[in-house]
Amino acid sequence: MANDSAIAIRGVAKSFAGTTVLHDINLEIFDGEFFTMLGPSGSGKTTLLRMVAGFETPDRGTISLHGDDVTQRSAHVRPVNTVFQDYALFPHMDVVTNVEYGLRVAGVKKEDRRRRASEALAMVQLEGFAKRRPAQLSGGQRQRVALARAIVNEPSVLLLDEPLGALDLKLRQEMQTELKVIQRRIGITFLYVTHDQEEAMAMSDRIAIMNAGVIEQVGSPKEIYELPASPFVASFIGTSNVIVRNGRTQSLRPERLRLLLPASSPPEGTITEPATVADVVYLGPVIRVYVRLANGDDLVVVQSNDGLAGPSFSVAAGDAVLVAWRPQDAFDLESELV
Amino acid sequence: MRHSRLSRTALWLWVAAVLFFLFAPILTIVLFGFDKSNVETWPIQHWTLHWYSVAWNDPQVRSAFALSIKAAVASTSLSILLGSMAAFGVHKARFFGRDSISLLLILPLALPGIITGVALNSAFQWAGITLSVWTIIVGHTTFCIVVIYNNVLARLRRTSSTLLEASADLGASSVQTFRLVTLPTIATALVSGALLAFALSFDEVIVTTFTAGAQNTLPIWIFGAIRLGQQLPEVNVVVTMVVLLMFIPILIAARLTGSDNFAPRVAATRKVTTAP
Repeated sequence: MANDSAIAIRGVAKSFAGTTVLHDINLEIFDGEFFTMLGPSGSGKTTLLRMVAGFETPDRGTISLHGDDVTQRSAHVRPVNTVFQDYALFPHMDVVTNVEYGLRVAGVKKEDRRRRASEALAMVQLEGFAKRRPAQLSGGQRQRVALARAIVNEPSVLLLDEPLGALDLKLRQEMQTELKVIQRRIGITFLYVTHDQEEAMAMSDRIAIMNAGVIEQVGSPKEIYELPASPFVASFIGTSNVIVRNGRTQSLRPERLRLLLPASSPPEGTITEPATVADVVYLGPVIRVYVRLANGDDLVVVQSNDGLAGPSFSVAAGDAVLVAWRPQDAFDLESELV
Repeated sequence: MRHSRLSRTALWLWVAAVLFFLFAPILTIVLFGFDKSNVETWPIQHWTLHWYSVAWNDPQVRSAFALSIKAAVASTSLSILLGSMAAFGVHKARFFGRDSISLLLILPLALPGIITGVALNSAFQWAGITLSVWTIIVGHTTFCIVVIYNNVLARLRRTSSTLLEASADLGASSVQTFRLVTLPTIATALVSGALLAFALSFDEVIVTTFTAGAQNTLPIWIFGAIRLGQQLPEVNVVVTMVVLLMFIPILIAARLTGSDNFAPRVAATRKVTTAP
């Protein structure tokens, strides 16, 4: 990955009707990166994406694309293209006319644009669909057309606004893989917006976690999962136990906890706490055990159904147990618990 | 919803009665147009096409017909221009008094024709404008605008705003977006609105009475001829032709506005009725 800046967002703030939706956002996205803005609805991620596209203007701050300040430039002259959540395919045009739209308004000759549109359709595996109307396509096919319509223009940055949100789970997983493959193949920067953490983890080089108009953390999926910078990140990504121990707020991943019977001796170098089992949920590959510590804190423990867990695997509600973890798996959270 | 056989039969009878009530008078007129006698008695004794030739060769009918077409075409064209512009304005802009303007635009359709007619007549008199074909056109435009405005506005509201964003995102200027996306999107709404406006203008009597000069439009001629009672068979023929002529644009208009959602609705209904 080259370290040239594709998108630079500096000091951007925005409010709508007195409500601040973005506070002083600073973000650098590199050329060729698959970058995801992840956050709950209302976190400001879509507004930020729309600002890069040119549909919204920031109240303060600048947005640059490859070093070019585009803050005041309108959408139709920016070298970016968007895949919309509702696909926004033109209903009165067939598939190939939709795909070649950007080339058509740019004045590309008919044979040229037909050829390039066909290539883009081939890339999303829709060769035979050129003459169909959007209304005759399934949701997944429309999504592919929207993608082809955007990438045919060879934008310097592709913006994707929850493009898989309307698809069912299986199709969504297929498309995740495919989007990643296409992004690698064409090598352009993807700026992706989603509220689905699994989707973000599966595809992204880096993720920005957004909450209430601020960026809580930027990092690789692994960094964000294993070293969450705030209680919000810890609870938003995966499930996390947030405990207060010796006056410090710490986060513990459920799969890093081990249950032991009270009589057994804990593994070398682990911290243990006595607890009572509150509930056991059998999920197949794993079991989820809810326990309560002596100080009243509730924890979730996920035990792998790998046959190695021993007798602690068959605990039941009301049993007394020990919860054990390695000290390095409990990490301090930067800010106070919200 | 499922009905018992009895209630379904009753419903059909009711529908048939309503349709009969609506269309029997028109059918009567059509039939008497073929009656040789100029005194209308039932049953018809001698059938003839004579009155068709009379109507065809009547210079008064011809000039009235020409005037009606002229007024309808002109007021429809004017309404397309003004009505769609108003719809775009109200749809896109957010300004103080927007809803009031929307209401004022729709008002002429709800207002009794006699009020529009009298008001226009006084206004023209006061301004010293001689009543002519142009005053008829202005009068008709007041209510034709509404049809276009409503149709276009409804379509704009149903159209996803991301279509326009997508067009801009793909590099289209606002002129290109209008030509390639907006216009095709509202085209059927515009055409169906225009056909309805044409039909409204073509058979209008009351406003025309107050805004017409010496010339007669076709409905005014019909009205006058019925009052005089000398040319009833010829009137029947003219009315028959007008009905046929009006039926076509209204049918096309209904098809165009319904084309988006009519088919699925039919399919859905069928599914319900065939359910066990």
